[in-house]
Amino acid sequence: MAIKTQPVTVNLGPQHPSTHGVFRMRVMFDGEEIVDVEPVFGYLHRGSEKLAEERTYTQIVTLTDRMDYVSSMLNNQAYILAVEKLAGIEPSPRGVWLRMIASELQRIASHLVATGFLLQDLGALGTPLIYAMRERENILDLFEMLCGARITNSYLRPGGVFMDAPAEFWPALDRGLGDILNTVDELETYLSGNEIVFSRTKGTAVLPKELLINASITGPMLRASGVDWDLRHRAPYDYYDRVSFDRILHTASDNYARYWVRVQETRESVKIIRQCIEQIEPGDVRPSFDEVPRLIRPPVGDAYAAIEGSKGELGFYLVSDGSIAPYRMHVRASSLINLTLLRDMLIGGQFGDLFVTFGSVDLNMGEVDR
Amino acid sequence: MIGLGLSRGFAVTLKNFLRPAVTEQYPDRHVGLIGAAKAAGMNPFQFLVKKPTDSLKAIAGLATVPVAVKQSPRFRGNEFTFFEDRCTACASCAKYCPLGIIEIVSVPGKIDAQEGESYKLEVFDIDIGRCMFCGLCVEACPYDALHMGTGFERSKYVRDELIITKEELFDAPKRPSSFYRPQFEENGFDPFKETIDDHHDAGRHERPSDEDLKRKWVDER
Repeated sequence: MAIKTQPVTVNLGPQHPSTHGVFRMRVMFDGEEIVDVEPVFGYLHRGSEKLAEERTYTQIVTLTDRMDYVSSMLNNQAYILAVEKLAGIEPSPRGVWLRMIASELQRIASHLVATGFLLQDLGALGTPLIYAMRERENILDLFEMLCGARITNSYLRPGGVFMDAPAEFWPALDRGLGDILNTVDELETYLSGNEIVFSRTKGTAVLPKELLINASITGPMLRASGVDWDLRHRAPYDYYDRVSFDRILHTASDNYARYWVRVQETRESVKIIRQCIEQIEPGDVRPSFDEVPRLIRPPVGDAYAAIEGSKGELGFYLVSDGSIAPYRMHVRASSLINLTLLRDMLIGGQFGDLFVTFGSVDLNMGEVDR
Repeated sequence: MIGLGLSRGFAVTLKNFLRPAVTEQYPDRHVGLIGAAKAAGMNPFQFLVKKPTDSLKAIAGLATVPVAVKQSPRFRGNEFTFFEDRCTACASCAKYCPLGIIEIVSVPGKIDAQEGESYKLEVFDIDIGRCMFCGLCVEACPYDALHMGTGFERSKYVRDELIITKEELFDAPKRPSSFYRPQFEENGFDPFKETIDDHHDAGRHERPSDEDLKRKWVDER
């Protein structure tokens, strides 16, 4: 006689430590198996896109910091690229190199946070998260040297960055890069060969390549399925055509592959930063105020610029009506779009894998809701 | 082999267990007798004789000394530094603020033969309860009158007390952060050790000598 169980609906979140912010899921379980998932979001909506409509182009930089708050530099970079495209600004070379260094450091920080929290969701309470956070703290110290803030940087300006790096930044960066590589090696020693991590993440939440492409998923999630799609390589922005790096690909497209791609990408970021340090040239970090005034009035038109963010393609679409503020700003938030496959990932899976799968998406509710 | 990965992991955690802690104690750090004596500026024997209660506390592990948090000179602190002699009440900072939290009221002041008409600052309020410390006001200031501060211990129980008024800015010790002020970095100014008393030192240009001033304002006229 088969035992019959009744489906149970459980409400998860919005205030739940494992939902990476304020995310709510109504999950229907049949025993241990997930039958249905209904994601509910919008709890962190702050109306950034609407707020941008009444602020000048420089002031909006401060809003972009608060969208994806673990990768503010990357948000800054995507927004500034859109403004430069819209207003036809030629950036200063040194400013571009500096913002490449800053954004690659931010990518490392973001991937470390993603890895740490994924392991936290796996049940490795504390240790991997604290190790990852310890390394991120060094990166935040570097940001404090650069721009005076740790999280909400607002470092970039149209045409470059607001201030050159101080003299003590370069030796600290050199030391920091060595530390990052040590930490990643350590991380791989205790995680990439760990049998518990294997058994929990390998073969769970496998997504087919076609589905990922059709749902326009980008970033490490897509590269974990073997699709070679990296905007730094496919459509180089800034000076990414002058640096060489390997694209990290994995074919399994499961939770382990997504974790593995992120860990390996931190090494590539270190490689890129080393090349930037070699190639950086002296000069001004931003154009003079005669060329790019404080109050930019771009011509009527629109522009879309996208970068390879830490979570996927991060794009800013700006429409100008010729005034000092954009007529409309839209953000292609990679976290939100990567979240659309949540049902495909979760349904049919086990209860224990729910948060692991959720963590492997590496989403940030600040970016999902904006 | 099953178990090899786990044992490797434990080796890493053991190595990390033995390395020095990265935790920074704040605001106080517990010290023993030697540390407490050092903080009081005497050797342990003097400390034992002169301050027996404090030494007993230190031996029991209850003595604390305040710790200064490691900060970068560019740190955008929770307060502002303002040089009233440099301010012309142009309100650039108020216009540039993304949140509109700087309130400036100015009235026409004296008319000077040298400098022309000047404006007197009546109200200069910064509502740091809503401030996000982006530093755009500092970036906008054309006369280097407003700087970010370096302190951050300014929590209050009442929201109204978070408004920094003109008087408070005038009286505060001038410890400007070198955020968007490259002249401080060039001069090697350390905001955590020294203050700027003369407002001429805060500018991004060198202070003109008396001869220069005489030539400009007297001889050439």
